[in-house]
Amino acid sequence: MEKFEKVHGVAAPMPLINIDTDMIIPKVHLKTIKRSGLGVVLFDEMRYHDDGQENEEFVLNKPAYRQTEILVAGDNFGCGSSREHAPWAIKDFGIKVVISTSFADIFFNNCFKNGILPIVVEEEHHAVLMEDAHKGENARMTVHLEDQKITTSDGVEIEFEIDPHRKHCLLNGLDDIGLTMEKDHHIDKFEDHANQARPWV
Amino acid sequence: MSPKTLYDKIWDAHVAHEADDGTCLLYIDRHLVHEVTSPQAFEGLRMAGRKVRAPEKTIAVPDHNVPTTADRVNGIENPESRIQVEALDKNAKDFGIHYYPVNDVRQGIVHIVGPEQGWTLPGMTVVCGDSHTATHGAFGALAHGIGTSEVEHVLATQTLIQKKSKNMKVEITGKLQPGVTAKDITLAVIGETGTAGGTGYVIEYCGEAIRDLSMEGRMTVCNMAIEGGARAGLIAPDETTFEYVKGRPHAPKGAQWEAAMDWWKTLFTDEGAHFDKVITLRGEDIAPVVTWGTSPEDVLPITASVPHPEDFEGGKVDAARRSIEYMGLEAGQKLSDVEIDTVFIGSCTNGRIEDLRAAAEILKGKKIKDGMRAMVVPGSGLVRAQAEEEGLAEIFKDAGFEWRLAGCSMCLAMNPDQLQPGERCAATSNRNFEGRQGRGGRTHLLSPAMAAAAAITGRLTDVRELM
Repeated sequence: MEKFEKVHGVAAPMPLINIDTDMIIPKVHLKTIKRSGLGVVLFDEMRYHDDGQENEEFVLNKPAYRQTEILVAGDNFGCGSSREHAPWAIKDFGIKVVISTSFADIFFNNCFKNGILPIVVEEEHHAVLMEDAHKGENARMTVHLEDQKITTSDGVEIEFEIDPHRKHCLLNGLDDIGLTMEKDHHIDKFEDHANQARPWV
Repeated sequence: MSPKTLYDKIWDAHVAHEADDGTCLLYIDRHLVHEVTSPQAFEGLRMAGRKVRAPEKTIAVPDHNVPTTADRVNGIENPESRIQVEALDKNAKDFGIHYYPVNDVRQGIVHIVGPEQGWTLPGMTVVCGDSHTATHGAFGALAHGIGTSEVEHVLATQTLIQKKSKNMKVEITGKLQPGVTAKDITLAVIGETGTAGGTGYVIEYCGEAIRDLSMEGRMTVCNMAIEGGARAGLIAPDETTFEYVKGRPHAPKGAQWEAAMDWWKTLFTDEGAHFDKVITLRGEDIAPVVTWGTSPEDVLPITASVPHPEDFEGGKVDAARRSIEYMGLEAGQKLSDVEIDTVFIGSCTNGRIEDLRAAAEILKGKKIKDGMRAMVVPGSGLVRAQAEEEGLAEIFKDAGFEWRLAGCSMCLAMNPDQLQPGERCAATSNRNFEGRQGRGGRTHLLSPAMAAAAAITGRLTDVRELM
């Protein structure tokens, strides 16, 4: 996985709450057996009309937001289906950071596995960031993972929390499977014990 | 020793390694796999030259893409769906995992097949690349959905990197009223907590109304724990659980059964154990419910009316306005006046034998409304066979329902069973999101008995009027 660098880019506002993974990527696009190329169908049903033409009203279709790298979204972002196609599509579009007041559990985990940083902020900070995101392409936010800090286009600094293990993995682009395999002997030991204790499993 | 919750006990029995910061390697007893969220994971294994660590604990079945019409024996017409199912065929074979192919009578929705075959047992950890894995919590198993990267992680290491969630208790006291089912319980709870109310928690459902439920009903309740945002839902195993499990093909037998029972009987929350959050509902207060909007939290008793967006607060005002517009409803409109054109009975929420019995009970000797499109999709080939044996299939067919083969079907429209734009469906499934059952389709979630009632009258209907 690529190392997560500092992000300095356009932030787009999506204030709607409960944006589910069916909205992020509808099921018709889940039939792929690859991880790549899904950016073009990100938010498909909101982004395109039934005839396939772009919906000009949708935020990511507006000229100011075509290069969005940071998404400021409403509460409970990513709820619903576990499909990792949702973060794959977000990543493929070029979005590297999603900020909300809360995320659904599985989506939140999936982000880290794909080098996307999901940031949870308090409501008052969320309001500041949402307002900044509404300013369009001139308002570029900076997200500094090392320092755990977001800086708005006006220079307002907002700190955020992140699990230290996850931060370490993102910063260093570490692959979970490789890390876990280094602990193979613990797994072997557990299996030996569990086979004795619960042989029916 | 300090008192533990059921979740604490299962968690503690599965920690293979704990780091200083509390990050754990949780050992996984059962890994269920379907065709949509696994191809990239198997591909990852191949590219890294890795094997499946415990193929004997890994079970695969295609369900999301499979057509539910009889002609599927001739193969899947949609090329993308066919490729996905063929990829699973090949991956199951190459990596040596248990497999139920499309035309095996035991095939069905992964969350129905697992318990039916005895793969799901009390006290286990169960994962699947599917959010409705929560279903298996009905057995007192810690079960939750994972993403594809985690599917690959479990295939390679039989573990997951996890931090422990908080404990939530949801107690349903007393008895349910006639016409009220497990589906109404689980929707009512989400109505109470909201779809983010469970985020960060594992829920344990308890109380007399939960104890009184069959295993089928308990699976319905736990299935939708994810719709409340929880990582998992749990119900402590009891005689009802043991009775269901005993004799299943992969359940322990003989001395192993006795040893298993000794442990399973310790799987309950100790007196005085700590819960971070407690919610209590009175069973008597729960009514047959339906959803009016595009989030499972948009739930009301069938006797209520579509709410006014301004009755909500914060971001929900805009969300409710958008939902009502998408659903083609009017604020203040009585829910029992909402006309429907499609009925779907099935899914991992309500595709088990008891669900079909409940719907058939209402439909017996009746016909569905003229012009109504109604289908029953049993959750597995074995549920289908049993329903035929019990005469339920005849009741459905006589009433005018289509009698389909097993699969996820119209719950998520990845297969030919879909809504057209503007169509309105009474569905026993689990999600009423925009476009969930087909682009522009409108979904009202309800119980199987309520779905049957709606099929007869052509509108959302209080099932108690037909009982």
